[in-house]
Amino acid sequence: MLGRTTTLEVRTAEGVSFKIPIASPCSRCLALAVDLGMIMGLTILATFVLNILQSMASALPGIGRILVDFGQGTAIIVQFIIATFYGIVLEWLWSGQTLGKRLLRLRVIDERGLSLSFKQIAIRNIFRLLDMLPSTFYLIGGTSCLFTAKCQRTGDIAAGTLVIREVNVPIPSCSELLEEGENSFASAPHLEARLRQRISPEEARIALDAITRRDELKPESRLLLFARLADHFRTLSEFPDEITVGLSDEQYVRNVVDTLFRRASI
Amino acid sequence: MILDLDKFIAKEQPYWDELSALLQNYDESGDYQQPLEEAKRFYYLYQRTSADLVKLNTFAGEVETTRYIERIVAKAYSRLHESGAGKVPFRPLQWLRRTFPATVRRHWRAFIISSGAFLVGASFGVGALAVDYDQKNQFIPPQFPHLREKPSKRVEREEKQDFDAFQGRHAFSSQLMTHNAKVTALAMVSGFLWGIFTLAIILDNGKLLGLVSYDYLLDGQGEFLTAWLLPHGSVEIPAILLGGQAGLVIAHTMFGWGTNLRLRQRFARVRGDLLTLIAGASLMLIWAGIVESFLSQYHAPNFYPWKIGFGALQLTSLILYLALSGRKKSQTRLVA
Repeated sequence: MLGRTTTLEVRTAEGVSFKIPIASPCSRCLALAVDLGMIMGLTILATFVLNILQSMASALPGIGRILVDFGQGTAIIVQFIIATFYGIVLEWLWSGQTLGKRLLRLRVIDERGLSLSFKQIAIRNIFRLLDMLPSTFYLIGGTSCLFTAKCQRTGDIAAGTLVIREVNVPIPSCSELLEEGENSFASAPHLEARLRQRISPEEARIALDAITRRDELKPESRLLLFARLADHFRTLSEFPDEITVGLSDEQYVRNVVDTLFRRASI
Repeated sequence: MILDLDKFIAKEQPYWDELSALLQNYDESGDYQQPLEEAKRFYYLYQRTSADLVKLNTFAGEVETTRYIERIVAKAYSRLHESGAGKVPFRPLQWLRRTFPATVRRHWRAFIISSGAFLVGASFGVGALAVDYDQKNQFIPPQFPHLREKPSKRVEREEKQDFDAFQGRHAFSSQLMTHNAKVTALAMVSGFLWGIFTLAIILDNGKLLGLVSYDYLLDGQGEFLTAWLLPHGSVEIPAILLGGQAGLVIAHTMFGWGTNLRLRQRFARVRGDLLTLIAGASLMLIWAGIVESFLSQYHAPNFYPWKIGFGALQLTSLILYLALSGRKKSQTRLVA
């Protein structure tokens, strides 16, 4: 758990860097439970079908006994195939997803952010034999997941893969954050221009983040944060009292963000 | 400079949506090969969205929009930079004729160590029984009760029994195949724990063979033993040794001796070989399971020479196949 990271940072050859969220051990456990349930269900179904066929075949004179024996052998092979190839086939067909992963919105990817090759899929699924030890308790895989930075079981390490969370992020709109007509700074365009000139992109990012994530903060932390931000922005461009009178620190920062992001353009 | 975020989103969103729709389409259609024009458009959209991401990071830094574009760029990057290894067509005949035996030969040191461990295990089995025969039952696992009885008694019983080719043979054969495949795969993946458990599995298998062989030879049942074990053992034991070989290749990868590559890079180098070894071993075990069920258990004394001959021929063929198949002519001449 030491040095655990929650995101995979990829830097492409074009110089673009982006982050992919890594799946937590908990969500992986849930996906595994769904998959184990599916494997069990498929095995029961296949055994049931084969049993019906065997009972029908046993009535045949002469070859009935042979067919029953053949059916018993086939049942063992089918169970083995379902348990071994469930993960391999689905991850290959669904680009790194099994049914459990699909439901939990998880996906296996190459640890450099690339898509998977068949070799990687096969190796990570063969290594499940080791990960599930002792018996089927997944102690080795679970321990490996907890103690590796990218939450990788031994199969993931050998195959060079990791499991990520697929999050559907809706496209945000600034209009929702900054309501029209509320910015009192607009009455002093020359001071707004000075503010835009003096503020750095990093400072602008902090201000926008603070507005976007205000609901995630505790009330006292929010007050403290906006007070510090407002104090900082006041030093960059001082607006006259008639504009700022009665403005809370948060509204001050909101006006700064509105000035920076809505009224400016490159 | 600060970005006018609303205007920026309004201008670029159609491109992001188009890229998202293409990615969604690829996800749903699996192994879809897009036409050239579509591929070009996809690449353009990827580059444009990547540039948008850089612009956002530099001039705006708004978290939600950045996160939204990151998801699209990450998916497109993954799609665009896939390794392509899966696109190489699989040629079974070439794989059998060249890839598999060449892979076994390439890691010959691991095979020698695996075989050596098996022999050490067998010697231990022989030695343990030679020192204290009364401890025999302590060494034989409970799943093999027929190995605990006196060999001559078993031989007498088995030789009198009628052989029914269909009485439970398919089920027995299937059980053998799946069990042995699991043991072999476990011997391979245990290599991840620095090879300790791989060697333990191989030693244990060797020990059992040593015990049984010594027991039967001591009781004067050498011919029965050979006729019983050679037909399937000549394939099954090498298959388990291949599993051990693959495990030792993994152990070597874990240690990383003689290279300064990172673990990820070391595994990337041997991944194909590991799959080849385990696939080859599995095929051998399927064949061994069939032979063990339908031939090895047929204990008619007049049939022993045929069984031994079959086993010997099979073993010789396997050795020649693994040693020579797929070699380049110059290499073969050098060996000769």
